[in-house]
Amino acid sequence: MEKIQDNYSRRSFLKVSSLTGGGMMIGFSWLANLIPNEALAGSNVPKEWIELNGFIKITPDNLVKLYCPNPEFGTNVMTSLPMMIAEELEVEWKKVIVEQGDFDTPRFKSQFTGGSQGMRMAWVPLRTAGATAREMLKQAASNEWDVPISELTASNGIVAHKGSNKSATYGSLATAASKLPKPEKVNLKKIGEFSLIGTPQKNVVGKNIVSGNSLFTMDFKYEGMLIAMAIHPPAFGMKLKSFDAADAIKMPGIKDVFEIQVYKDGYERASFDTRAFNNLVVVVGNSTWEVMNAKKKVNVQWEPIQTKKETILSWGGRKQEEIIPGGLESTDNHLKQMLEMQKKQGKVLRKDGDPEAAFVKAKKIIERTYSAPFLAHNPMEPISCFAHITEEKAFFVAPIQIPEMIKQNIIKNLDIPADKLEMKLARMGGGFGRRAYGHYIIEAGHISKKMNAPIKLIYSREDDITNGVYRPTYMVTYKAAIDENNNVTALQIRGGGIPEGAVHENRFPAGAFENYIAEGWSIPSNITIGAFRAPGSNFIASAEQSFLDELAESIGKDPIDYRIELLKKAKSNPVGKNNEYDVDRYIGVLELVKLKSNWGKNDKNVKRGIAAYFCHNSYAAHVVEVSMKNRQPVVENVVSALDCGFVVNPEGAKNMVEGAIVDGIGNALYGGLRFDNGSPFQKNLNQYRIIRHNEAPKKIDIHFVQNNIDPTGLGEPPFPPVFGALANALYKATGKRFYNQPFINDLNKI
Amino acid sequence: MSKFYLKVNGKKYEVDVDPSTPVLWVLRDHINLIGTKYGCGVGACGACTIHFNGRALKSCQLPVSAVGVQEITTIEGLSETGEHPVQKAWLALDVAQCGYCQTGQIMAAASLLKSKPNPTNEDIDTFMSGNICRCGTYVRIKDAIKLAAKSSTK
Repeated sequence: MEKIQDNYSRRSFLKVSSLTGGGMMIGFSWLANLIPNEALAGSNVPKEWIELNGFIKITPDNLVKLYCPNPEFGTNVMTSLPMMIAEELEVEWKKVIVEQGDFDTPRFKSQFTGGSQGMRMAWVPLRTAGATAREMLKQAASNEWDVPISELTASNGIVAHKGSNKSATYGSLATAASKLPKPEKVNLKKIGEFSLIGTPQKNVVGKNIVSGNSLFTMDFKYEGMLIAMAIHPPAFGMKLKSFDAADAIKMPGIKDVFEIQVYKDGYERASFDTRAFNNLVVVVGNSTWEVMNAKKKVNVQWEPIQTKKETILSWGGRKQEEIIPGGLESTDNHLKQMLEMQKKQGKVLRKDGDPEAAFVKAKKIIERTYSAPFLAHNPMEPISCFAHITEEKAFFVAPIQIPEMIKQNIIKNLDIPADKLEMKLARMGGGFGRRAYGHYIIEAGHISKKMNAPIKLIYSREDDITNGVYRPTYMVTYKAAIDENNNVTALQIRGGGIPEGAVHENRFPAGAFENYIAEGWSIPSNITIGAFRAPGSNFIASAEQSFLDELAESIGKDPIDYRIELLKKAKSNPVGKNNEYDVDRYIGVLELVKLKSNWGKNDKNVKRGIAAYFCHNSYAAHVVEVSMKNRQPVVENVVSALDCGFVVNPEGAKNMVEGAIVDGIGNALYGGLRFDNGSPFQKNLNQYRIIRHNEAPKKIDIHFVQNNIDPTGLGEPPFPPVFGALANALYKATGKRFYNQPFINDLNKI
Repeated sequence: MSKFYLKVNGKKYEVDVDPSTPVLWVLRDHINLIGTKYGCGVGACGACTIHFNGRALKSCQLPVSAVGVQEITTIEGLSETGEHPVQKAWLALDVAQCGYCQTGQIMAAASLLKSKPNPTNEDIDTFMSGNICRCGTYVRIKDAIKLAAKSSTK
């Protein structure tokens, strides 16, 4: 048993920091929350439910309700997080009721679904919550039976005393338990002692999903609710000038057409307050189809924006200025601009040894440039939000990944006092990072205030795709110096993006080359961007892993063996400082995928590519197998090895890795949003290509490294290396290297 | 506005809507059957798949005026208890991630199995490729369709 002490809470109080290997960490004092019993005892405890801490409620007739603190967008937190509570609480999982917690971060401390942090951040706090409640229930029995707590056992929702043959259900003890002080220390099981954690458990809302029950914001209904849709500029670099709604307002079912200003002038945006367009024309009516039709009848005039500066409050409260340039941007021009930047030295992010000298002395130089387009997230459920703002309260039903991050925005831009804010966290029809940016909550709030009515704001798919918050467009060049003995003597990485780059200077293969330089640059843009599943990594991994493949081939080495050789070198004789990866775990996934894929076997019809990557604290390696049919690739199989520490729910974990693989193959082959005159070219799913059934891998074979490391996260890590593994397999299948995403463009030229 | 009489899941409904209103929005907004989802409105994603006279159809492309006396089945009417073999297979293999597209996927799969009780991989690819799953659950969907086929033909 590991002893978890209460000083856990005193060590970490709202700590925001960067994580080794990307992502961020927000440390909260979770345990400070586990003391509601003093406050609740005798006062506002609902008779039917006794709350033992923020996460657990028990009824006298022994129903156990567990709350999932984190919003759910398909990563299965609603199942996996409560499993952690149930394990230590010692209740029967099949009898537990799981509910999505509302937005109440003071109560739950962390309600953050993103950055592959769910399992990782909850691992100790949620188990501690379960153990704390269990000990309080045991203490209640101990008091009642006048026996030492050490003689009591708790299992399946029952506290028992062997000596006196007494037993009591949690339900019968809950009221007394809720009045007890919280234990100072609780024991947590170690890995290996679990009975629930580590076993495959099915989605707790599976039945609701397959039955079509109301789960999503789109499905939410409310007495007197109106439907609202907004019209935004047709191009980035444009803004609202004026509008004429005379025809629209006459349309059947239409209540009003008006303008909203989303954020106040001078509002200092925080990191997740990104929004492309601040002034919108809103159409409100009785039903969706009526509003969709009326929207077409609004005559709107647009005008160009001028270059402006906005102040952003970034993580940790640091203020930074962001330039938003005027002008209408285009993909063709972006490519020209990025190629131009690649000719000049960028900002030096890291330098080891003397790379310049090594390149001068090189016998051979390999230089390859990679690019990728903007991507739209396209969650299946388009953006939506319900708002009902009255004198008494501001009530939202919102699909939002990090509700805490939108709170100040709501308070400041909607003039709502914090104590009047009430938000239900709806299940999200996909997130992928898009729903970390909650501007639509503010939009919905303005509309409800103006209408003085409950409203549901709905984005059409076109609105969703063309409204911004995209994965940036990127370019990077990898350049290696090779000496007369076929040794790689230097590596240069130069890259950037619009409006931000993706070079991670301290990641592998930094540390493995004597002479190394990483440079970065960025070009401002008025096209808005945001986190997209493994931000930055999802591009840089594809370039790096393709380049390593080409490099290995050019010096006559097996691509897996070469990676392992470099990693071993980085361990035994590391170059430079701050190498942000664990060599052993990295080698672990490479060796596992080598074994499980039977690497080295030959099948003349199926060609294979390997890639591995580390980001967001976990390690992933894939072998992608492709064949060609009618000059199009068929992904026959993908073999994956993951090291995300201990796997809490193997069923959910496997499903998520499968999804990441399909997502990676889809975006590598087909993904991309093109711009002409500031306007997104693909406006709906008949134009924006998303991978479909017939393009998905025929088979996926997933393996987890078995270890006792605390969970390190899985939503993002499997995604980035898919691109490179596919590119490397396509090379074997076609004889061509693929440098520019989406690969379909070059595939169609073969 | 015009009055339409629809037969949905065996029940009769009267709605007063614009004749161009897609069945998708009639279901969702007017008769409160929200299991049929909106994803694109242009027939490209399949989230709104229903059965029209027993065959899969994208309800965003079907104006209410074209329905007449023909029968509509939605996910809510696929089985009374939510225990259609396809739904059971979906649960057995824990297919869903976010779950938004899955009712459309299930309706499409049920229609496929009706016409082809033992579909091949190619049959599944061809029939199901109008239904997008952005979370990427395609491999599980294929396995679930085969499982449903097996359990139905037992």
